[in-house]
Amino acid sequence: MELLCPAGNFPALKTAIDNGADAVYIGMKNDTNARHFAGLNFNDKKLFKAADYVHQHGKKLHVAINTFAHPGAQQRWQKAVDDAVAIGCDALIIADIGVLDYAANKYPHVERHVSVQASTTNLAAIKFYQQNFEVARVVLPRVLSIQQVRQLAQNSPVPLEVFAFGSLCIMSEGRCYLSSYMTGESPNTVGACSPAKYVRWQETDKGLESRLNNVLIDRYQQGENAGYPTLCKGRFEVDNNIYHALEEPTSLNTLALIPELFKMGIASVKIEGRQRSPAYVEQVARTWRMALDRFLQSPDDFQVESAWMTTLANLSEGTQTTLGAYHRKWQ
Amino acid sequence: MKFSLGPSLFFWPKNQVEEFYQQAKHSDADIIYLGETVCSKRRELKAKDWLALAKSLASETNKQIVISTMTLLESPAELQVMKRLCENGELLVEANDLSAVQMMAEQKLPFVVGPAINCYNLATLKVLLKQGMMRWVMPVELSGDWLKQLLIEAEQDNIRDKFEVEVFSWGYMPLAYSARCFTARSENRPKDDCQYCCINYPQGRRMNSREGERVFVLNGIQTMSGYQYNLINEIPAMQQMGVDIARISPDSEQALQKITAFRAQLEQAKNYPLDGQEECNGYWHKIAGMSVV
Repeated sequence: MELLCPAGNFPALKTAIDNGADAVYIGMKNDTNARHFAGLNFNDKKLFKAADYVHQHGKKLHVAINTFAHPGAQQRWQKAVDDAVAIGCDALIIADIGVLDYAANKYPHVERHVSVQASTTNLAAIKFYQQNFEVARVVLPRVLSIQQVRQLAQNSPVPLEVFAFGSLCIMSEGRCYLSSYMTGESPNTVGACSPAKYVRWQETDKGLESRLNNVLIDRYQQGENAGYPTLCKGRFEVDNNIYHALEEPTSLNTLALIPELFKMGIASVKIEGRQRSPAYVEQVARTWRMALDRFLQSPDDFQVESAWMTTLANLSEGTQTTLGAYHRKWQ
Repeated sequence: MKFSLGPSLFFWPKNQVEEFYQQAKHSDADIIYLGETVCSKRRELKAKDWLALAKSLASETNKQIVISTMTLLESPAELQVMKRLCENGELLVEANDLSAVQMMAEQKLPFVVGPAINCYNLATLKVLLKQGMMRWVMPVELSGDWLKQLLIEAEQDNIRDKFEVEVFSWGYMPLAYSARCFTARSENRPKDDCQYCCINYPQGRRMNSREGERVFVLNGIQTMSGYQYNLINEIPAMQQMGVDIARISPDSEQALQKITAFRAQLEQAKNYPLDGQEECNGYWHKIAGMSVV
């Protein structure tokens, strides 16, 4: 089972490889990927440098081209594919059907992975991608229970990748327009959710307020932990009841599922967080490497160490973690 | 230009559904979509009931009747139900997931690409056309400009006459789908014990900001826009750019009157000032969806 780690810049990439990643995924410095943030991602020489470092260490490089091409600008997405192939990437992670079609026709020899943003949650949809684009892998959205993942893994003609750790998207990825509804910009169209330029913090009589494009997302009392106002993780009011109506600030952590994921034959476990620091990548990669190696050494008595959980919780939103949709009760 | 009645996205009791479609039969809609698109646990009408209702509507009216299918399918059982709908042998099917596209393509039958399928550009349109797409409903987050440019490209590529274009034009917009049921959560129940509580909220459950701003509507596993989308003032522009169908998404019987009002725009366009406390049209104008221009 591959450990696939995120890298938003070269130091993070180097750290991921040095701390045990089997593969790293990166994006281009434009809106062709879903972490289109200022100061992040790779272009020109940096791309070659990234590929060199990964390949010198015998590891793999995946390139995420996982937003949807705009009319009149499809060349930008095609160029992203061309550039990724030019640096010798090992896999293209693609969300847009049109971009997949381009990659499959022009570079049939380069592995294509269906991005989580393509929202592929069932066998018939997997077959669509397999038959039309001969994809080598499908990344599953974070909406399936572990039983559902198992069922899919048993029957899928294509190897599967699942999310293992990181910020928790609670909606079926690629099918969430909440961000553009509030700001005009979404992961699909712009490559960002709840973009930072719409965020405003304000001290008021009622507490510290976080707003996204003027909409009040949350208000914190003194001593409360204030998190980034991702719009699905704020406190809202439903019939006079104020609570986290969609989700609490929390991260996904599936260390406990390692034995099951192995048993199912999951091809890869993915760490979220290209927007995070090299320090984050270092700690998550190292912890997951340790856990995976421990399992391989003695699969029968694998136990999650509390130190691993503490390390990961400290890197998490609201310093708490969840099994998310894998655990039926969460749903 | 034609007008369609989209599938009801809410969970209504069976008799209410039947009454609604009795009225819809006499409405100004040219096309009626029906079927469960949100949650497979909603079984006031089972697949066979939806098919029976759809077939009776088809035999009693001249309207085109379309079976709409689920958006988020997570289990083999859900695929089985969808297979039955896709193999109904008579009615056109709206695919809201690529699984339905795959099933229709395997049968070599034409289908509608619903608004929940991510078709954003010409290259994708061309792939879906090859699969059998006969109509494309634009994703709700896209703008009039986006559409205009895409349709020009389709024209230049000589494929514009190979499919119809439909625009979601009125109603609460479906914005997101989750494994989690937010209506059950709002009643403090786990999804496995939801007691089908969304039937108690025939227009969904409002989720406001702590300042009382209407942000979203909770509709089971679906999150909808807090305001109703209203493109009534854009009908002439849509007509000009070659949109074939405007969709009215019902929240109640009042949606049927909306179809009449929208159709009247073709004869003599009036300007309807929108109510910023209840309505929005931002997406069409390339700004935040919840805004009003």
